[in-house]
Amino acid sequence: MSYIKKPVARHPALPKNAIGLTVRDYEGSLSTLCAGCGHDSTTAAIVQAFWSLGIEPHTAVKLSGIGCSSKTPTYFLGEAHGFNSVHGRMPSVATGANAANQDLTYIGISGDGDSLSIGLGQFCHAIRRNVNLAYICENNGVYGLTKGQFSASADVGSKSKKGETNEARPIDPVMLAITLGATFVARGFSGDKGQLVPILEAALRHKGFAFVDVISPCVAFNDHKGSTKSYMYTRENYTQVTEADLVPLRREIIAKQVAHEATTVKLHDGSVVTLRCPEGDYDATDRGAAFKHLSELKERGEVATGLLYVEESDSDMHSMNRTAPGDLVAPDWDLLCPGNDRLQSLMAEFR
Amino acid sequence: MNAPPTAAAGARAADRRTSRVNDFAIKIATVNGTGSASANGMLMQAIFRMGVPISGKNVFPSNIQGLPTWYEIRVNGDGHTARTPIFDIFIAMNPQTYAKDLETVAENGWFLYDSTWPFDPELLSGRPDVTPLGIPLAKLCQENFKGSRTRILLKNIAYVGALVALLDLDMEVVEGMLNEKFAKKAHLLEANRVALKLGGDYAREHFACPLPIRVESLDKTSDHIMIDGNTAAGLGCVFAGATVAAWYPITPSTSLVDGFTKFAERYRTNEDGTRNVIIMQAEDELSAAGMTIGAGWAGARSFTSTSGAGISLMNEFLGLAYYAEIPSVFFNIMRTGPSTGMPTRTQQGDIFSTAYASHGDTAHICIYPADPGECFTMSADAFDLAERYQTPVFVVSDLDIGMNDWMVPRFSWDDDYVPDRGKVLSADELETMEAFYRYLDVDGDEIPYRTLPGVHPKGAYFTRGSGHDKYGRYTEDSVLYQEVVDRLKRKVNSSGTTSPQPIIERQEGAQFSIVTIGGCDRAVREAIAHWNEEGVAVDFMRVRAFPFSPAVEEFLREHDDNYIVEQNRDGQLHRMLLLETDIEKKPITSVTSYNGLPLSAHHVRSGIERKRA
Ligand SMILES: Cc1ncc(C[n+]2csc(CCOP(=O)(O)OP(=O)(O)O)c2C)c(N)n1
Ligand code: SF4
Ligand SMILES: [Mg+2]
Repeated sequence: MSYIKKPVARHPALPKNAIGLTVRDYEGSLSTLCAGCGHDSTTAAIVQAFWSLGIEPHTAVKLSGIGCSSKTPTYFLGEAHGFNSVHGRMPSVATGANAANQDLTYIGISGDGDSLSIGLGQFCHAIRRNVNLAYICENNGVYGLTKGQFSASADVGSKSKKGETNEARPIDPVMLAITLGATFVARGFSGDKGQLVPILEAALRHKGFAFVDVISPCVAFNDHKGSTKSYMYTRENYTQVTEADLVPLRREIIAKQVAHEATTVKLHDGSVVTLRCPEGDYDATDRGAAFKHLSELKERGEVATGLLYVEESDSDMHSMNRTAPGDLVAPDWDLLCPGNDRLQSLMAEFR
Repeated sequence: MNAPPTAAAGARAADRRTSRVNDFAIKIATVNGTGSASANGMLMQAIFRMGVPISGKNVFPSNIQGLPTWYEIRVNGDGHTARTPIFDIFIAMNPQTYAKDLETVAENGWFLYDSTWPFDPELLSGRPDVTPLGIPLAKLCQENFKGSRTRILLKNIAYVGALVALLDLDMEVVEGMLNEKFAKKAHLLEANRVALKLGGDYAREHFACPLPIRVESLDKTSDHIMIDGNTAAGLGCVFAGATVAAWYPITPSTSLVDGFTKFAERYRTNEDGTRNVIIMQAEDELSAAGMTIGAGWAGARSFTSTSGAGISLMNEFLGLAYYAEIPSVFFNIMRTGPSTGMPTRTQQGDIFSTAYASHGDTAHICIYPADPGECFTMSADAFDLAERYQTPVFVVSDLDIGMNDWMVPRFSWDDDYVPDRGKVLSADELETMEAFYRYLDVDGDEIPYRTLPGVHPKGAYFTRGSGHDKYGRYTEDSVLYQEVVDRLKRKVNSSGTTSPQPIIERQEGAQFSIVTIGGCDRAVREAIAHWNEEGVAVDFMRVRAFPFSPAVEEFLREHDDNYIVEQNRDGQLHRMLLLETDIEKKPITSVTSYNGLPLSAHHVRSGIERKRA
């Protein structure tokens, strides 16, 4: 396997975004994942989301852990810094990078193995710290890269390719994130870009920790009958709890008609997310109600998707810390070093 | 406990009966949680302010309340402030440890105890040379103060009062300290005064004050301060411009971040209350390491502080930072291992585990402060080295340096200091470049250029801990992989000439040399001073960084007899010197101490004399 640079074949007719870039400008190198892997579709949705938000690629930072899913940051935003860190520890690296420079847009890519087993602690604590990060868990119910072992998200009764049945109870990252107080929780399906792209856009715009669980089938090890993370199962049991639509501040004039019974949530930068419930009376701004409704769907074996919970506020890790605006990379030296005069007066306190 | 004193130490003890001004040691035994720390600190400070060199060592349990704890104070007009294992006067406030405490009282020493309760004279039957000094401290406090908490606290002040009389401390100095301390608490000031007087009056009435051991004012401390190494390192990080700190609590490193937090609050807070710093208490040391590395990668001066167990957890990340070339600073305040070990005792047991941390071929820059003064200066050195060489740097300190109060020259800061941020390309530089390759050695100095996120599209690269070639591209090609790891080895090794150089002191006609590291410095110097008094000249070298400077090997080669003195069982520095230089085994001998207590000159002398016999 080696680095393959994607040929840049620019189509003159490709539409341009607000900053004059085409979707091609948001791509990375060619994927080396298996053909049909759900992760590649998620990558395409990420490319689309960044493009439509008009984020300058180099102002984004993409980080990941280890796994097939964690390889994907090479496949998007070729002009952004990327960091493929260690297994399960992307949240801490992202937290550190964000601590150093809060002015960039952070996206973290992880897998169900990376997030829910080895990295469960870091996942929970990044939520607790409310790091301003869009955290994407590409969830396929298996460890793809190590060839098909069950992951902690595998459902009871789910069958492995080798024919073993999983009996251990699954950890549902969505329920977990809601319980832990995550301020943005959503689930999408890599096979449904129409739903996934607006969710990703809203996640990138959200201030604080935005969690997106993406059911992302593994065609090599978990796309057979008996798997609850297969394309087939997901399509059949897919329940769209909300339909989300992001209206960025700049595009307010072309805002679509807000459907009847829609809830709108204003993000910190003034953008608006519109949530519609295709059926039922789901309230994505009421944590308790959302949790209850999701539990009921889960009991019925349905995969609830959409923007499942959102709470917009202006606080994140930096506001808790009282960090000054701007980055902490190279502030004015006078702001950092107290200098010898102050040191000398301090010395008197040590006598 | 400690080995019995050597013949030489015994000979010195012989004239203890005669007056010994400014040359003695005090040990105070209490129970932790009884508030003795501030009384002991006061005693130290009084002697320090009288201009007499002093040191204090806290020997405490890994527990919050109710277990034995000791505080050792050494007074030495000549400026020897290493630990001493025998004590001229014992303040025995904990009946549970009387018997054990008596073992460390010097010949003809004094044993001050609380005579409120019966004292078994049998205890002293084996030590007729020791003079008991019974003072009914609890009774005096019972009669004069209200409230059990107050009585317990003031009992500590009462023994300080007795010592003021017994050791002839300057009452004006002590009064001055009380006035400063309780400037805003008049009622406490009065109570403390009364307690001091109670102890002092009783001592004067019942014993011949002062004792032959006593303090006489000198002028040897006016250019000095008393500070612990962790506070000094925390302050150093503020001065060095560190903006990101991530940590997980562990004794004995916690007070480093506490110090950083305190000074950052003072010096990094803007008028509107915002701060030019971020301090994150992580969920564990893995996360603390990840945060430190993430922040270093994004361009900030970032550090974490931990101890051995934390270093073990950080290992995977350390390999990543080494291979992906990410500046980051790791303070390791060593404590006694292995495993949880003795968490409140000191040791230099992580010399190996820091230098070669992580799987695969690695080597890390380590610097070894000897005292709080170097903790302050080496903080800046660490960030400079980390950013210059784009690699993790360890500051390897220990519990003795980190948590005890040491007398060191006042700190000063060079206002012309410019941080070495290393080879970081700016947006302008990137703009004019054809192409940027992260791991390409453009200048032939083994150090590639790096870029920071958010600066320029041309600077973008993908950081990975997996195999990469010099262009930063993923590779599984043997040759391309080797090219990068070979350069890494040369890069880290090249730091040997710019990291803190060894301290070398040669004496005319030296019979042998002592090579040491970190906090052993003072005990070794004192041992050499004693040898010198006996007409034996000794050469001295203190190693201050790994990879070793070429000067280290030169020094070893110059001598037929090098004794490597360090505080761990296995002679880790000794072994590393053999591994990392071309010196043969024979002229190098290991001398170790690993009892968990700070090294003493007595230990150095007896250890070396035994090997030379
Ligand atoms: C410390 C450590 N242990 C084990 C591994 C091996 N490993 C690599 S990827 C992986 C599982 C990845 O699963 P997941 O996050 O679900 O990613 P997927 O491949 O399914 O997308 C494991 C166990 C590793 N890289 N590091
Ligand atoms: S093994 Fe599975 S997860 Fe990995 S690339 Fe192939 S399909 Fe995707
Ligand atoms: Mg997986």
